[in-house]
Parts: sequence; C-alpha cells; structure tokens
Amino acid sequence: MSFRNTPLAVVHDRDKSTLLTPAIRAVIDAHAAKYPLEWKQSAVMPALTLVQDSNGGWLSRELMDEVAAYLDMPAVAVYEVASFYGMYDLAPTAAHKVCICNSISCLLNGSEDLIHHVEHRYQVKPGETTADGRFTFKEVECLGACRDAPAVLIDKTYHERLSAQDLDRLIEGLQ
Amino acid sequence: MTDMLTIEIDGRACEAVPGEMIIAVADREGIAIPRFCYHKKLSIVANCRMCLVEAEQGGRPFPKPVPACATPVGPCMKVLTRSPKAIEAQQGTMEFLLINHPLDCPICDQGGECELQDLAMGYGGDHSRYAESKRVVTDEDFGPLIDTEMTRCIHCTRCVRFGAEIAGLRELGATGRGENLRIGTFVAHALAHELSGNIIDLCPVGALTSKPYRFTARAWELTDAPAIAPHDGVGANLMLHVRRGQVMRVHPRDNEAVNESWIADRDRFSYVSLNGPDRLTEPLVKRDGAWVAVESIEALALVAQRLKAADPATTGWLIAPNATLEEMYLAQALARGLNCANIDHRLRQRDFRGDGADPRLPWLGVPIADLAIQRSVLLIGSDIRQEQPLLAHRLRQAALAGGSLALVNPYRLDLTHPAGQLVGGPAGMLDDLAAIAKALGEGRSGALKGIIARAAPTAEHQAVADSLKSAGTNGAGLLLLGALAAAHPDYSLLKALAYRVAAAAGCRVGYLPAAANSVGAGLAGVLPQVLPGGRSADPVGLSVAEILAAPCRTLVLWGLEPAYDLGNPAQAMDALAQADFVVAASAFRCPSLESVAQVLLPIGAFAETSGTFVNASGTWQDFQGAVAPPGAARPGWKVLRVLGNMMDLKGFNYLDTAAIRSELAALCVAAGLDNRPAADFAGEPRGVGEGLIRIGNVPTYALDALVRRSPPLQRTSTTGTFGAYLNAGQAADLGLAADDAVAVSQQGVAVHTRVLIDERVPAGCVRIPAGVPGSEFLGDQIAPVSIRREE
Repeated sequence: MSFRNTPLAVVHDRDKSTLLTPAIRAVIDAHAAKYPLEWKQSAVMPALTLVQDSNGGWLSRELMDEVAAYLDMPAVAVYEVASFYGMYDLAPTAAHKVCICNSISCLLNGSEDLIHHVEHRYQVKPGETTADGRFTFKEVECLGACRDAPAVLIDKTYHERLSAQDLDRLIEGLQ
Repeated sequence: MTDMLTIEIDGRACEAVPGEMIIAVADREGIAIPRFCYHKKLSIVANCRMCLVEAEQGGRPFPKPVPACATPVGPCMKVLTRSPKAIEAQQGTMEFLLINHPLDCPICDQGGECELQDLAMGYGGDHSRYAESKRVVTDEDFGPLIDTEMTRCIHCTRCVRFGAEIAGLRELGATGRGENLRIGTFVAHALAHELSGNIIDLCPVGALTSKPYRFTARAWELTDAPAIAPHDGVGANLMLHVRRGQVMRVHPRDNEAVNESWIADRDRFSYVSLNGPDRLTEPLVKRDGAWVAVESIEALALVAQRLKAADPATTGWLIAPNATLEEMYLAQALARGLNCANIDHRLRQRDFRGDGADPRLPWLGVPIADLAIQRSVLLIGSDIRQEQPLLAHRLRQAALAGGSLALVNPYRLDLTHPAGQLVGGPAGMLDDLAAIAKALGEGRSGALKGIIARAAPTAEHQAVADSLKSAGTNGAGLLLLGALAAAHPDYSLLKALAYRVAAAAGCRVGYLPAAANSVGAGLAGVLPQVLPGGRSADPVGLSVAEILAAPCRTLVLWGLEPAYDLGNPAQAMDALAQADFVVAASAFRCPSLESVAQVLLPIGAFAETSGTFVNASGTWQDFQGAVAPPGAARPGWKVLRVLGNMMDLKGFNYLDTAAIRSELAALCVAAGLDNRPAADFAGEPRGVGEGLIRIGNVPTYALDALVRRSPPLQRTSTTGTFGAYLNAGQAADLGLAADDAVAVSQQGVAVHTRVLIDERVPAGCVRIPAGVPGSEFLGDQIAPVSIRREE
C-alpha cells in the first residue's frame, strides 16, 4: 500500500543496540544501505529472512517487533509482510520445510497429485509438521519455476519436474 | 486558469486540472461513479475496482476499463461511466465483492446507509452464481468505541490508510494473503487514538460500527440535526441523528475550514451522557439540608430575590467556557445589571497578573486551516493531542509538510510526527522560553532582562530560535499557548516571554482556547476586565482566583462542577462551602454541587439548546436545539431571560437566541480578534515552589461534565487514570516502585492513590491528573506536593 505520507516512520523508544544480535544488525545495515536513508524499512524482507533463519525457521511476535523497532517502522507493517509471504513461518516448524507449489502451471503438471501423495504417505496436512518431526509440509503460491513444473522447494533448494518417487527420495534424504 | 483542460464525461464537457483523477472531476460535476476504496482525504490505492470506467484519449480507447480513482485526466480524454463495457466491468466487480460478503443486512447496523448495499442495488445481480462456502473472519475487540464484524469487510483499506495518514498511528493493517487477507491489528489490542472513531464513518460496509449505538436504532428512523461540538476550541461541525427526542449518535459534517471530514472521539461519543441517569430534571432547593424539588417559578423567584439582595461587591459569577455565547452575554448582562463586575470563565487559570496586559479578544492567531501551512510552530504548555485533537491533526500536517514543530512542556508527549520537545518540568518552561529569547538576541533591556540574562541557550534552543526566525520572515511562524501554560503559576511571564520571542522572530502569538466557547467568552464580556465587544471594563471586577480567595458571599455557578472544573478544587470547595448563597445552573446532578449549592437550576445541555459557539479562529457557528431538555430543564438563555425579567432589568425580552446573537454581533462589529497585548506584561517570577512539583494535566476525557459522564469514553485506555505518575528514577529516589500505595499531600490535604511509572515525566515532577475522580480534594494543578508510601 502506498500511503500519502510514506515512508511512515515510527519512533520506537527501544535502544537499538539491544535488538537482535550484532551480527544480524550488521547484515540488516548492509541491506538498508542499498536504499535511501528514509526508506530503510525496504530492508524488512531480508531482515525477516535473517531473523527467521537464526531462530530455527520461524518468526515470533517478539522478533517481528524487534525488526520493526530496528527499522523504525510500525509493527503492524512487519506483520503484514511476514503474514503475506509464504516463506515466513509464524509458528515453530521442523528443521526442514517441504513446500509444494499449488499455482496454475504446477497444478496442471501434477502438483496436486504430489500434495495428495505427501498427505497420505506422511499423514500430514499442509501447514503441519510430520509426527516424527522430520519436516514441515507447506503448500505455497507460485514459486516462479513454471517452466519446469511441478516445482518443490525443500529448505532453500528448488527441485523441478518431480514425480512422487523423486519427492519420496528427497524426503528420505532429509535428516 | 490557462492550464485547465477539458475532458468529456458521459458526453458532458468538464473542466479539469491536469493530473487530477477522473473520479475527482466526476464528483465535482455531480456524475456518480461507484466506489468503495476512494476517499477524497486519503491516498489512492485503487484496490476495490468498483470505479472502473471506459475511457479513451486522443481517439485511442484504453484497451480495458480503467479505475476512475487512479487514472489521471489528459487532453482530449473521453470517459464513459455508463457504457455497456463500463457497466459490465462494474457488475463483475460487484459480483466478486459479494462472493464473501454475508447477506446479513437485516441485522447489520449499516443496513439502510450502506455503500455496498446501495451499490449492490444498482450493480448486483438478483441471484448468486457462487455456491461454495463463504469465508468467516474472527472479530477483534477494538475497544469500547468501535465494534467489528470483520466477515463483512470488503478490504477497501480506508481504515488502514486513515491510521497511517490522518491519525499517524498505524495500528490497523491488512495481514495474510488472498482469501486469508484480513484487516486488523494482528496482535489484538484496542485502538488508542483520539480520532479513531472516524473509521466508523469511513467504513463503506458494516464491518466497523459504533459500539454505543449498536443495535439501538435503524438508519431510516433517524432524523438529522446539525450541531457544533461543545468541547475543544475547534467547534467541529456535527450531524446529530435523533429518534423520538433522543440523540442516538453523532456524525461529522464536512467543513474544510474547521474540521475537514473528521471529528474527535469525544465529539462523537459524549452524547451518551445526555441520556445518562444523573441528569438534573427539576429545580432543587436545599431546605434544612435536604434537597426539595420545587416549581421552576418558585426556584427562579428565590434566586432573583437572593441575587438582587446580595452585595454586588461580594458576588461572583463563574461561567463554564463551553456555555453558549447567548448564555454568556445574558449572564454578564445580569451580573453587570446588578452592578457586579466579578464574572469570569477562566476556570483553570492561576496567574491573573497579566489581566491588564492581556489582549482584549485573544484567539488562535490564524485561521484553523492555516495551522497546516505554518513553517515553524512553538507550542508552549499544551498536551496538544489531549487538549485539541483536531488542531493536533492540523499541526501534524504542518510537520509532515516540512514545517518544524517545537514544544516547551512540563512533560514529554507522545506525538505522531517529528517534533523537538523541550521538557524541563513547570519551572523549566520559563527557562526554555528565556533561552529561546536569548538565542534570538533578546534580553538586553526590558522587564524580562533578568530572567533572559540568566538563561543559557543550548543548541536545541538555538535551533528553535533559528527556525522561528526563518519562518517568521516568511510570515509563517506561530507560538501557541495551551492549557498547561494557563494553569502555570507564572502564566503572565510565559506570555511575556512568548511575546518577546514572537517579536524578535517576527512570529505571531496564538491562544489555544480552553473550551468550545472561550473565544466567545471574550466577545461576550465574560471577563472581569472586558465588556461585550472587547471594550475595557471600568471598574474591573474580580478574577476567578479572587472570587474564590476572597471568598465571595454569593456565587453563581453556570454549567460547571466545582470539584472538577476549577484549577484549585480544594480551595474552591472551601470557598463555596463558606458562601451564604450558591446557585448553580447545571445539566447534571453532581455531588460537589449538591454539597455547596442552595439552589440547583436545571438547564439544557449540548444539543438541547440553540446558541452559538465562537471557535479558536473566531468563526461564529450557531446551531439549533435538536432535542428538548429533560423534565423541567430549560435552555440556559431562557432561564437567564426569566431571571432578568424577575429582577426588573431592562432589555431581557428576547424571543430567541438569534435576537441575542444579533445584539451582541452589533457590539462586536468593530471588535476584531487581536492578540497584540494591551500593555507590557510585567512582574517577577513567583516560582512553582520547592520540592516535588505536581503537574496536573486535564486528560482528554475529563474536560467537561459531558465527557466525564460518557461511559464509552471513560472505558477507553487513553483515559487519564488518577494516580501519581513518576519516572522510574524519581520513583526510586522517593523509595517507591510501580503500583505502590501512596498518600499524596497537597496544601494540607492528603489523598490516597497508586504510583504509576511514566518515563515522560521529568525528574523532580509527578504528574497527577486533574478533573478526574480522586483529584477533587487536591489543590492547584501546578504546585508542590509530597508523596509518602503507605503500607
């Protein structure tokens, strides 16, 4: 949303040197430096990714609030970003995430079968973690790999043109 | 203008400014284009797609329908809002909007005045092709003012944009994605902004509705009655919605010069107390310590006889600053007709040494709309968001447009825009102003030489001085004195310093009125030193402080509660208890009035009387009564008219408020509002005293009897709960911690309360709100107090 008075900076009365960790702050600063000074909130996505990775794969409300405070933006604006994008998780997850694309190209090329396969074989619904805690299963919007549909994102690696057997092998390989 | 261009909408030639959006031109021309997300005061997002129209430019049609709210006009543009293609697009949008919208219009408060309902009549089908299940959204609790039914939300995001752009506090957001998108706070908290109620009006559907009004009436049962808000100095234009003699709710009326499209929450929800249980409905006379209801004529005859018999030198008239102009004019005519010049409306002012030098008719100094174009504003002693919510909004606009805002205040404020805050407690206010004066090169001569010479300007003071000076040379610099300055024991010095700074920087000085008709009180002559029309009074009467300190033997209290509306309630209650005769005209019953008065006269409250309020910028806004006062209560001007006739005073034969108003207006023809001082302010600082200093601010929902009695307003989290607010360091120095029970002693009286930690309060000070229950036994708003822990 582009507000008339963007960027809407909010002054948080928290000491920035107590937020997150020095290493994360340094990387966020490097990202923020790519944008005009008053637009440092543009770095919110890489910041959330970093924070999520350092928190075992999910974002707590406290962490999102810290990101908001660090980037001088309204907390709800961070919640908006974090709740919009499929790569952010707002509840604890397993160490691995298996994300199957459910958008049009993948759907036409069999991703629905993959989803059903995972649901039955591992007894897990989209958004849930398997009983043995091996992975969290997610159905996600377009991964941008339509050319080689169906696409599956496992952690940070794309796997394309997958059959159910290929996917099983990949899942077997997860520690 | 030569750079106007002409476009054609539905075959009509329309003048347009280049860059303007099609919908703005169409609105001006009265051509209806359906819309949900577009609002003239908010940014354009074009996300509802309801305003799709067919357009072509220079003979080349746009390939698809375009959103009228987000398509700028261009030369040789032709727009068709009702062509088959446009209507098909609008109907398509409507079908999508209705997919998830519940069909609960019969139980929806918005039913009958709903933009979605209206447009669905025009653009919706009579049956739905959608057979799947509809989504349901969990409601959030937004607090005591706003009710939610988020399943009805169509995601226009007007409420989100209002928060970001107008309120400046972005509490609402659109979280989730696709079908899971929802509007809310995400973390469930009540909205805490003084303008939050405006999102009720902005919501085009029934997702956000008024909680106090909920399920009490239907839109088609209500009749409209225009009114003026009776609280702050803005005089926001209201539309009262009335059913069977009862005000059911309050909406804003657009007035660009005054309140734009917004009203403050207290303007919107104070009406609830009109229908409350403690209205004064019949005249009461105290006989042998018990209240006896009597006929109006009997009570008025008693009052007339006692006032006429009283010694005018020891009679005092205290008039609430939210009384109507007509009541004020008649009250002073009565008082002066009885040779009594002791009449005042400055109930919370403490220092009256400046009376001789005060401008005769003080006002804001600029039109309200011009606040937003000031380049530099210095606010002196004003918790601006609490005191004047809509003026705070204008000043925020000035700050966002690049203007600089500085504040000299006893405690730090939560603001929603950049501002330089000089916070040094009540004593520090004088030092900060003196330092700014010194930074401007003042102080080599004159009455304030000593205090300015002692000041030590810092870089911050210098920056304020420079910004005032550069704005002043462009005629866009302003100093404003607020309610915390008026309650200051050295108010006259604050004024003197403000005028020195203003003179040195070429800025204007303005006064933030204490209430809806403070400016009118000057015009009507409700001041001991001023007659109607701004003429000087001779002899000069007693001010509020002198009336209560003397104390007077006979007192008239008009529309005020002595325990909550006066600067020093402890002293006032003592003085009133000692008086021989106290008559109070009030719309409400109130224990403090009942303990000191001998006669209570019921008068009509806001919405129950006709009259006029003069707002901060001197605009006379008159209104008619919308409902009848309850029981035997009568509009105040009628009560005063009868009293005047009973006392055989001449000229009390008015037939209506218009006659009173025109008589006063004739006296005011030559009286321009003018903030230039009548003389030099003189005097030495009295000092605020030694030890821990109380700062007694008046919270926004403690301003007057009406807001204090409104349950929804009192339940909000912004209510200034009574307590001792200390910063953590100061609390530790006093051996106190949060939530400790303490006894607060001021001027010999102790009250019991709790410690609350508030880092905005500077060291050496304790903020103890005034005007709220608990504060009625305390003394001056700014004075030394002592705090002792209780086990």
